[in-house]
Amino acid sequence: MLNNYDELSDMQIDVLREIGNIGAGNAATALATILDEKVEISLPKVRITDFDTAVNALGGAETMTVGVLVNFDGEAHGMIMFLLNMDDAKAIMSILVQEDEEGHDGTLSELKLSAIKEIGNILGSSYINSISTLTGLRIHISIPYIAIDMAGALMSVPIIEFGSVGDKVMFIEECFSAEENNLSSNIIMFTEIETLKIIMERLGLEV
Amino acid sequence: MSDLLVVGISDYKLARCPNVFVTYALGSCVGICLYDKQAKVGGLSHIMLPESSMFKNNEINRMKFADTAIVDLVQNLVKLGADRRKLTAKIAGGAQMFEVQQGSLVGTIGDRNIVSVKNTLHELKIPILAEDTGLNYGRTVYFDLDTGIMKVQSLSRSIREF
Repeated sequence: MLNNYDELSDMQIDVLREIGNIGAGNAATALATILDEKVEISLPKVRITDFDTAVNALGGAETMTVGVLVNFDGEAHGMIMFLLNMDDAKAIMSILVQEDEEGHDGTLSELKLSAIKEIGNILGSSYINSISTLTGLRIHISIPYIAIDMAGALMSVPIIEFGSVGDKVMFIEECFSAEENNLSSNIIMFTEIETLKIIMERLGLEV
Repeated sequence: MSDLLVVGISDYKLARCPNVFVTYALGSCVGICLYDKQAKVGGLSHIMLPESSMFKNNEINRMKFADTAIVDLVQNLVKLGADRRKLTAKIAGGAQMFEVQQGSLVGTIGDRNIVSVKNTLHELKIPILAEDTGLNYGRTVYFDLDTGIMKVQSLSRSIREF
């Protein structure tokens, strides 16, 4: 019986990796359409780590990072976060938004923020749609939320939500890169243990 | 200049002067600095969740919850030579990182962490000398056992000392 993330078997981890691959693959296709260029995705990493490692997973706890968070619930519960560093966020925006006006202190304008939020929304939806299609689970997603802050402080949000039991969290991580514009970003997915069980069962695996 | 003692999430550390603690990127988590000014003994706790009673699991990590972590830290500080009655507190963190809808756990966890930290300190009769809590940004906290100063660093604001 699966009660903690570190009890996942190798086979179950392989299945999660494949889910990440399909979910992020779908999201990458959406991103490629938005940017109108080819987007490569890294091999998915299934990370089962202690909290501190998770906080530092994305290039340092204090690194300024743009994060878009989408919650999902229904028959599956979890969170998807789309994360990119400030320079990449600005670069994506210069492709998408024809606007010279920078925020007064070099930050992103409201228009650019909402554009990034929308990208996060589209990527999250694409990811979840593919899980939904694969498993037949009915999953609803929330509106997207955005924050620009220390990577560790952003990561602490899903860690608190999914780290309440046990001392480990599990997340599936992929990196997107768009070579032409030299951009990279991450998409990560956290789910509850219960959701993992349901997904495994739907895919015909013993839990 | 001594090395920094790094306190992780769901962790606490204690020491004698001279030492400086740091805990990085507090979001909704709360950092609690406890200090006995005379003995120059202190500790920093980084809690993640308000109450251990939320979970009926027997094997909880006591350093994760405000109610258990603070009590344990106080006991350990006394063992290290602090006077229980002279302990004072400074706290930081408990932000709401994303503006999510009301009613969700994520939306209120920062506030609930702050409340639980304050209640626990109140029960232990430890006065809170300063706090930098709430709002919507991440904080890194330094705590210097020589001066008792808590220094809060964030990306959007200038460094503040308490």
